[in-house]
Amino acid sequence: MKFHKTSIFSALFLVVSFFSFGNEKEIIEDDATFDPKAMILHHVKDAHEFHLWDWNGSPVSLSLPIILWTDNGFTSFSSSRFRHDDEGQIIVKSNGRKFLKLHEKIYQLDEGVSSINYDLDHHPTNAHKPIDLSITRNVFMMWVSVALLLFIFLTTARTYKKSKDSVPKGLAGFMEPLIIFVRDEIGKPMIGEHKYQKYMPYLLTIFFFIWINNIFGLIPILNGANLSGNIAFTFTLAVFTFVITTFSGNKNYWKHIFWMPGVPVPMKIFLMPIEIIGMFVKPISLMIRLFANITAGHVIILALMSLIFVFKTAAIAPVSVAFSLFITVIEIIVTAIQAYIFTILSALYFGMATEEEH
Amino acid sequence: MDLITPGFGLVFWTAITFIFLLLILGKFAWKPILGAVSEREEGIKTALASAENARKEMENLSADNDRILKEARLERQAMLKEARELKNNMIETAKSEAKDEANKLIAQAQLAIEAEKKAAIADLKSAVAKLSIKIAETVVREELADKAKQEKLVESMLQNAKLN
Repeated sequence: MKFHKTSIFSALFLVVSFFSFGNEKEIIEDDATFDPKAMILHHVKDAHEFHLWDWNGSPVSLSLPIILWTDNGFTSFSSSRFRHDDEGQIIVKSNGRKFLKLHEKIYQLDEGVSSINYDLDHHPTNAHKPIDLSITRNVFMMWVSVALLLFIFLTTARTYKKSKDSVPKGLAGFMEPLIIFVRDEIGKPMIGEHKYQKYMPYLLTIFFFIWINNIFGLIPILNGANLSGNIAFTFTLAVFTFVITTFSGNKNYWKHIFWMPGVPVPMKIFLMPIEIIGMFVKPISLMIRLFANITAGHVIILALMSLIFVFKTAAIAPVSVAFSLFITVIEIIVTAIQAYIFTILSALYFGMATEEEH
Repeated sequence: MDLITPGFGLVFWTAITFIFLLLILGKFAWKPILGAVSEREEGIKTALASAENARKEMENLSADNDRILKEARLERQAMLKEARELKNNMIETAKSEAKDEANKLIAQAQLAIEAEKKAAIADLKSAVAKLSIKIAETVVREELADKAKQEKLVESMLQNAKLN
């Protein structure tokens, strides 16, 4: 697979993102020096194994399956076969192909090559990336969150089936106000009284899916389960919103894009490209907003913690802990706010797409 | 750089997982939950509406009651008035009838008295006539002996004898 498209995306994101990772250098660190940037990036990015903690200098982690689509078909093996190597040292043979892991990317060595070579920018010269469908820790945490969501809401749904008078009890009593909030504060006002019902399953699902994954990201033991701070995740959800918006678009919506009513003809021509760009900017803003907010929260907390190691003194620990506690409390609010914003803006776009002429 | 590059694997799994989640939750969670909630809301709405209706009905009923009571009171008053009028009429009639009767009786009595009086006068007249004849006989018998005396007697008698 060629990644030209993604590099175009990346260039676009770089412009709007307030992070700049453009000059990220991939230098193999000496064990003695602590590199906060490498540590933070390692935590906020995806990984092929679920690292829990270090014990006696060796990492304790949950091995996750690596699934690859190569020129020789699918191949799958456990991530434990790399023995925690992330520098491309250990070569794993599977299905007649040789693989190695470099900075959480799986590379396939070219035919007849036994070890990896780099160019001056530390990019592999004799290996390429196969299509990687591995169950990474983000995928794993996503499934954990799905299991939890299914448990919560199927239990809630059962409460209503059991009681004839549909009085919410237990878990349902807690979840029902949230569901009603999404319906009455997001669905109804944004889409309108008559059409909101069609979109409710989608709105409820993204709201709780994003929220629970935001919360998972804040649990320290889950160690950088940063699913909702991963651009791939927010990209996918934004694509869903975009597709639904586009397919819900009625005549009035398309007229507002291509031939804005109520303005002079030169203005109509002038507005057309802006509106067409707007169609795409809306989901892109959704994607970046969620990604940037969640990742920023993680980066701040990790950076505060890194202070202890940067200054090499425990005296700074109270400051780090106090600040990161403060940020964590804010982040707890942000988990809900970002889920709410993503949902309400999706609903707003659906509402715009289905709005009738007035 | 790959922090802001969507990885294909995660996009793939997110899409599949999300569609799965959406379908399962949509069918087995959101539908029954939203259904139950809106059903309950409908129930509350209809219950409130029927309570309102019942209240209105009660109001109507009490208004009806008031109206009926008022009508009954009016009717009673009317009946009482009628009865009073009837009573007065009856008394009036009775009075006038009694008066008439009394008048009639008085008239009859007067007639009877008149008749009796006339009869009594006639009786008296005949008795006086008989007495006069007897006296005249006696006087005539005695006085016939003395002519002058006879005439004097007749004259004095006639002077005294005046009818009534």
